[in-house]
Amino acid sequence: MIPLSGDIADAKGTIKEKIESYSIKRGTSTLKRGFAHMLKNGVVMDVTTVEQAQIAEDAGAVSVMVLDKLPSDVRKAGGVARTASIRVIEEIMDAVTIPVMAKCRIGHVYEAMVLQETDVDMIDESEVLTPADEFRHIWKWDFTTPFVNGARSLGEALRRIEEGAAMIRTKGEPGTGNVAEAVTHIKNVNTELRKIKSIYDSGDEQDLVSAAREMKVSYSLVEETASLGRLPVVNFAAGGISTPADAAYLMTLGCDGIFVGSGIFKAEDAKERAQAIVLATTFWEDPDKVKEAQKMIDERQSMLGLDTKNLELRMQERGSTA
Amino acid sequence: MNGLNIGVLAVQGDVAENIMATKMAMEELGIEGIVNEIKNPEQISDLDGLIIPGGESTVIGTLSLVNGSLKKIKEKIASGMPVFGICAGLILLSKKAKDRVVGEMDQPLLDLLDVKIERNAFGRQRDSFESEISMEKIGVPKFQGVFIRAPSIMEAGHNVEIISKFNEKIIAVKQGKILGTSFHPELTDDLSLHKYFVNLVNEKN
Repeated sequence: MIPLSGDIADAKGTIKEKIESYSIKRGTSTLKRGFAHMLKNGVVMDVTTVEQAQIAEDAGAVSVMVLDKLPSDVRKAGGVARTASIRVIEEIMDAVTIPVMAKCRIGHVYEAMVLQETDVDMIDESEVLTPADEFRHIWKWDFTTPFVNGARSLGEALRRIEEGAAMIRTKGEPGTGNVAEAVTHIKNVNTELRKIKSIYDSGDEQDLVSAAREMKVSYSLVEETASLGRLPVVNFAAGGISTPADAAYLMTLGCDGIFVGSGIFKAEDAKERAQAIVLATTFWEDPDKVKEAQKMIDERQSMLGLDTKNLELRMQERGSTA
Repeated sequence: MNGLNIGVLAVQGDVAENIMATKMAMEELGIEGIVNEIKNPEQISDLDGLIIPGGESTVIGTLSLVNGSLKKIKEKIASGMPVFGICAGLILLSKKAKDRVVGEMDQPLLDLLDVKIERNAFGRQRDSFESEISMEKIGVPKFQGVFIRAPSIMEAGHNVEIISKFNEKIIAVKQGKILGTSFHPELTDDLSLHKYFVNLVNEKN
């Protein structure tokens, strides 16, 4: 079980209000992390237009992520990648009933504030966009809207959770159509989790303290994570997922769900592919159903993809040391 | 087999939380039985009770339609199996749903609970809230309501019992053996509602 508690005392993002005779709270950890729990076993799809958002919703996406450009186009275009147009985000919020997420630049507190005021359901502080602060991420406890962050190691994931992230996703290497890095990242996190779990089970607190120091994260969070043997928040896979089999494979590695970036709308058969990836994610335990899903797509229509070895821009490295 | 067989529809959403809450409720009540994830339609016929969990109602509905579960579930509930729908699950049980912003919806529904639902009735995620609510009618005077992009019930048929309201909006109902809430009891430590449901299932047996 993933716990929902985690509130820090007097988080600015937690708001107490009165509605008639009711005292209510907004922005608590239960509400932020609970929102992520509702996405479990689902697929979040990157979209840039209302039409794409509707295709995603019809295909069974659990949420859409609005970007100005798909990650592979961000890679091609170069320059500075920023948060999407607010008008486009609003149009999409008015057109679909599923939750709408949007990305802000790493460390860009005010881009995130603007997204919160826009009323998006979750903010992705994302390495796909050009970082605004090389040294610090956003202190997410100040927000009522929940955040998701990317990570490629356990330490990185826990540092983001300590800053208030309500959900984690692997970074992978966005916009490449190549799932290799996402696979590596989730396996890294799993290996590191097993390591701290075994330290915890051995009762060697001193060793757990050194693990916390190595990861530059508080002892209490490491202890909680070690006792659970998994991340204390919902964890999705992301980065380079292009086919139903990619999605199903990542689910077998223990991910709670899937983000698909360029993989759908950079393919020629976006509509069928969106449906197929949802089916494969839902029924990942059944190889026959995944085969049926894989049959719905045509490999000749997949995005071409890139070898992750010789990339000029490695998005995954952005913000990873902070 | 002795003991209850309760299932949690495991297409999408917070399945594990409901399995845990139901197991704990059964343990506290001293009622024997099993609680399983329901992934395919063949598992449905053996059930004594079903929980349709929180998640996205469009996703759970569409995928249950695709694998044939929706029809089986409908037949089983119509033949008297107790069911508990939470948030998305409540929407799926209803006969009609409209979205607060987008309007009338054409999504697969079970059409068993005689209510009309307003989806996202309290607003988007930033407006999600926790508040103490009351369900005196079922012997739960105090309960922590966790409302996440929650729906509300706009209209309820005469055979539907209203169990709770929040600020004039209906948030919990019962119609025969069908129970529905717009909030998430599985995200709290309070097992009252899961116990109430387990008892409802147990009565039948």
